[in-house]
Amino acid sequence: MSKNSIENIIALSSDLRWKIGDDFHDGLAEGIYADASEIANGSISIDNETPRFRLDSKIDKIVTSKTWGFPIMFLILGVILWLTIIGANYPSSMLANLLLDNIHPVLKSFATNIGMPWWLDGFLIDGVYLAVAWVIAVMLPPMAIFFPMFTLLEDFGYLPRVAFNLDYMFKKSGAHGKQALTMSMGFGCNAAGVVATRIIDSPRERLIAIITNNFSLCNGRWPTQILIATIFIGAVVPASFSAFASLSAVIGVAILGLFFMFFTSWALTKTVLKGEVSTFNLELPPYRPPRFWKTVYTSLIDRTIIVLWRAILFAAPAGAVIWLISNIYIGNESVATWTINSLDGFGFLLGMNGVILLAYIVAIPANEIVIPTILMLTVMASGIVGGAGAGVMFELDSVTATGDILRAGGWTLLTAINLMLFSLLHNPCSTTIYTIYKETKSAKWTTVASILPVIMGFVITFLVTQIWRLF
Amino acid sequence: MVNKVNSACDMCTHFNAKGLKKLGVNTNNYDFVVALAGNPNTGKSTVFNALTGLRQHTGNWPGKTVVRAEGAFEYNSKKFKLIDLPGTYSLLSTSQDEEVARNFILFGKPDVTVIVVDASRLERNLNLVLQILEITDKAVLCLNLMDEAKRNNIKIDIRTLARDLGIPVVPTSARYSQGISDLIHTINEVANGEIICKPHQIKNVPKNIETAVRTLSTEIKKQFPTIPNSRWIAFRLLEGDTHIVDALKTGELV
Repeated sequence: MSKNSIENIIALSSDLRWKIGDDFHDGLAEGIYADASEIANGSISIDNETPRFRLDSKIDKIVTSKTWGFPIMFLILGVILWLTIIGANYPSSMLANLLLDNIHPVLKSFATNIGMPWWLDGFLIDGVYLAVAWVIAVMLPPMAIFFPMFTLLEDFGYLPRVAFNLDYMFKKSGAHGKQALTMSMGFGCNAAGVVATRIIDSPRERLIAIITNNFSLCNGRWPTQILIATIFIGAVVPASFSAFASLSAVIGVAILGLFFMFFTSWALTKTVLKGEVSTFNLELPPYRPPRFWKTVYTSLIDRTIIVLWRAILFAAPAGAVIWLISNIYIGNESVATWTINSLDGFGFLLGMNGVILLAYIVAIPANEIVIPTILMLTVMASGIVGGAGAGVMFELDSVTATGDILRAGGWTLLTAINLMLFSLLHNPCSTTIYTIYKETKSAKWTTVASILPVIMGFVITFLVTQIWRLF
Repeated sequence: MVNKVNSACDMCTHFNAKGLKKLGVNTNNYDFVVALAGNPNTGKSTVFNALTGLRQHTGNWPGKTVVRAEGAFEYNSKKFKLIDLPGTYSLLSTSQDEEVARNFILFGKPDVTVIVVDASRLERNLNLVLQILEITDKAVLCLNLMDEAKRNNIKIDIRTLARDLGIPVVPTSARYSQGISDLIHTINEVANGEIICKPHQIKNVPKNIETAVRTLSTEIKKQFPTIPNSRWIAFRLLEGDTHIVDALKTGELV
């Protein structure tokens, strides 16, 4: 094809475009709509004999109403978390009993029998195996309850209503209303939430949505919140209220996340990302009764197993790393002790300790392993004798035992609160950081998205701690 | 992953001469490429899963699929590669998800484009259907969510609709695996050229625009006699779409 002929076509097209004027886009769109309506009228008939009962719009009137929208939202989240907290206890202790109390000793004696060297035995069975077993025992049950329920809600069509309720607030903060949807995705996984921002057309608003997605508590962080709230927050109130108190604390942290999302979006639009808010149509899809068993099955496969697998994948090397840094000595101190001691001062300012900060460094690959890492490091640093030596995880048979270890490690209510806050406000996991880079193709914005939440975490925990200590 | 479908219809010889094999993610050595397009939240991913046997997560909210997913199935020993495109309301604007869909239909040149629409919101969905029909002449309309339409007492005359659009129309309720075998059968017939589509062209365009489009598309046809969608390219050129200008220059459209 000659270059000339193409130039001719392009020249002709711009010529014609001038002749038509500005109306082209609208004229074409109207033409399409007119055709669509003709065709539709030709083949659709609506049977009006039976009055149409509009259940959908009745439900929508309530769940998106100004008065009831938010309370219903929190109520639903509350019920789901309550069922998760209550329901996860029993399978958790059963799994712990099986994996830690029964299988671990068998593995140990097997290793002794085949004459495995002590360091390999420690590295594999006390490091890798225990970390993986802990992740399965403590994380699998809440995930297997939480995710199917969340997915059922999603399939029913509730999430767009959440978006509808929050749309106004996002617009107020200068962000795109569709960010409410990407935020909801973030409640599952931040990396997925970041990819989902592709539905936002404006680059400015998309960037805001990407940077602030980390404020949605993700899969990896819900179990941390639930566990810490159960142990520490639940313990300060009478036993009959403890489940209620813990779930309120978890919801509180999730809402705080929303607040930070709005605040950061607002701050960004007022400073580095100024611009107009674009408008869009949010379609409220019809409610669809979820296909219960199919949904439960898919969510178990899609979410629970994948997240668990990811946790195991990262927990295994983390377990190994912990065992290594606890057993490699520089002078009289192990690498882990040395790091923990040097981080302790800074940790104290933030109402936490060196163990937690080191755990967050070790756990950059996956939020899922923060708690197991903290436990292993605590056991090591506080010198609780677990029977198997340094860097070996204590054998836990229940949530109570986890609490006992943490208290022995010097934890207080303040430590727990700050950990929950820091779990909300810290850098995204490495997968999310990588995804942000892939989506933005900008080292600068990736750095901002990674560093900004950590700084906010430091500031907030510092303030909370200083105010707490005043009283 | 080899799953045989096993409802009465699926076993019937008419639909299942040599059988359907769901091939999951195994997309090697395909004979035909099939694209799944449609508005958000019309059940594209559900149709995708029903055809491929994959279990891509489906959620009841618009914008669930933002990247394209691929899968495959085999029917009468022909292998079909299936691509689930992000849901879009139109192909006229420029957000990233719409571009993924548009570029694929335009440049990927699928052998068949299955347009999934919500039967209970047909008129609104037709907007996209008509745009796609300007691009490709090998399409099947999958009239999905028939169960919901029925619940809302909406009746659709399938024959009239198929005649007006000039492409085969298959009613389905993918969530309940209804109409899927019929859909596969139709996809196969369009891919093999047993059904020749005569897609509807947008008629109600203002006169001055129509004249301009005709002039331009005649010119395009003269220069590129093999191009199948000169009218759509004329639309895009008149809109000033730089992507299309570039594509013309590089010869991607021919």
